[in-house]
Amino acid sequence: MKKTIQAVLKHVVCIILCLLVLAPFYMVLLNSFKPKAEAARMNLHLPTQWLFSNYTEVIEQGKLMQGFVNSLTYALVATTLGVVLCAMAAFVLCRKRTKLNVLLYYFVLCGLFFPVNYVTLVRVLSAARLNDTRTGIILVFTSAMIPFCVFTIRNFVTSVPVELDEAAVIDGAGPVSLFFKIILPLLKPTLVTCFILQFMGVWSDFLTPLYLSSKSKLFPMTMAVYQFFGKNKNNWSFIFADIVLTCIPVIIVYMIGQKYIVGGMTSGAVKE
Amino acid sequence: MNKKRIYPQWFLIVPLALYIIFFLLPSIMGVGYSVTDWNSRSVLTGVHFVGLDNYKEIFLSDKNYLSGIGHTLMFTIVSNIVKLIPALLIAIMLQEGLRGQGFYRTVLYLPSILPFVIIGLIFKSILNYNNGLLNMFFEAVHLDFFKLKWLSDLNVVWKSIIGVDAWRGIGYVMTIFLAGLNTIPKSYYEAAQIDGANFWQRLRYVTLPMLTGSIMINLVFGITYGLKVFDIVYVLTNGGPGHATEVLTTYAFQLYSRGQYGMSTALNTILLIITAVVGVFIVKTLGKQEVQQ
Repeated sequence: MKKTIQAVLKHVVCIILCLLVLAPFYMVLLNSFKPKAEAARMNLHLPTQWLFSNYTEVIEQGKLMQGFVNSLTYALVATTLGVVLCAMAAFVLCRKRTKLNVLLYYFVLCGLFFPVNYVTLVRVLSAARLNDTRTGIILVFTSAMIPFCVFTIRNFVTSVPVELDEAAVIDGAGPVSLFFKIILPLLKPTLVTCFILQFMGVWSDFLTPLYLSSKSKLFPMTMAVYQFFGKNKNNWSFIFADIVLTCIPVIIVYMIGQKYIVGGMTSGAVKE
Repeated sequence: MNKKRIYPQWFLIVPLALYIIFFLLPSIMGVGYSVTDWNSRSVLTGVHFVGLDNYKEIFLSDKNYLSGIGHTLMFTIVSNIVKLIPALLIAIMLQEGLRGQGFYRTVLYLPSILPFVIIGLIFKSILNYNNGLLNMFFEAVHLDFFKLKWLSDLNVVWKSIIGVDAWRGIGYVMTIFLAGLNTIPKSYYEAAQIDGANFWQRLRYVTLPMLTGSIMINLVFGITYGLKVFDIVYVLTNGGPGHATEVLTTYAFQLYSRGQYGMSTALNTILLIITAVVGVFIVKTLGKQEVQQ
């Protein structure tokens, strides 16, 4: 009896918590379909008329296609590049533990703590003639994910048996084919985790493009939304539609990659 | 086996180069530029060494920079407490074999995947004094006492920011705790139960000691996040009302957009030093624990 009451109580608490999380989403979704005046009241009543045109208009006015393409390019290219490069580095750092490599590993880990100095970063980029370019922004995103990815992937490499490397080399594989044909496929779980977490991270990032892109042509979705909000402060139905469109891609990635997320976030310290 | 041949050092070159050029170099340059008068007119006039003038301005002038540093530290401490303790309790509750655990976990984690800008905008509408969802709710249940100016009342605004931050972050912290809880063998709890330990005793003597790894991860992520917080403050209040919610990073961005690059890098350098001190402290405690185990 006591157990059932406890279980019921727990469910009640959980449901309340879930409602607290979901209510804002529900409000946003509902209001994104309302006419302007109705949305300004921001309540939870159903719209008197469902205006799907809010979405088409927002896509046009908010330059969302441009933002979407930019975000997707930044996230896909930077993350793919970052994950592959970090896997290579993590592999060597883990397998060849010379004094130098151990030192380099800790040197890279420092990046987990330290803040990026964007002001001087802009200076470095302009010295390399990469300021206000997609390449520059992508390289910055890639660099920023290096500490986390190296840390996570290196922890995983320890679980791949060294005998595999030896067997492959005896069979005549060079280092490149050993890594790309044998090791990389085995690292898949951790690579997927890193990819998903970093993809969502780049998609959500606001500070980097805020400092690094002065041309609206380069704005990712987050910046486009914020700029749109600045211009249309009172048109909440449009802002809400804009918010929904920005969230959909991350939510899709989250739903697909959910099972990989937990494992990756906690690999390392928790496992031991 | 020839290690040099199987594990070529050149695998490290590109990632290290990127890390050094786009991460380390700006930080070091920042320390250098923080003692100069570098600004938007420097293209014409050149950059001059000014000693510790920028730091003097930050610490001795009456321009509120100090309160920015204070707010950053306050946010880091309070937001972590507000997230960690409830997240741990929820994780324990979910872990003890609750049906639908997977669903609850998915929902509670959802906010932490969304961009902060979006969450900021959503809550700007929810916390709106006149017709925001929160005040409407309090009105509907006749608790007008709770109807507050969430984002403009000086006494409330920090609570709102920390609340929104917790709304987003608790699911993430909880997920890490859940993973840690799953590694604790059930037999430990059975043994504790036989010895007649109550919930708090089990928490104190079984759960917490076994959970140091997850607690550490959460603290490291939480503290580094807190010190660097920008998006949520920038979107919700932009440092206002007045300078009441200004943090280091928002000041640094303001100075940057006003063209006072030298001052901005000085603030960044202060943030760097604070993070370094905290980082060394964390690494030392982590090291100690490993020795103990």
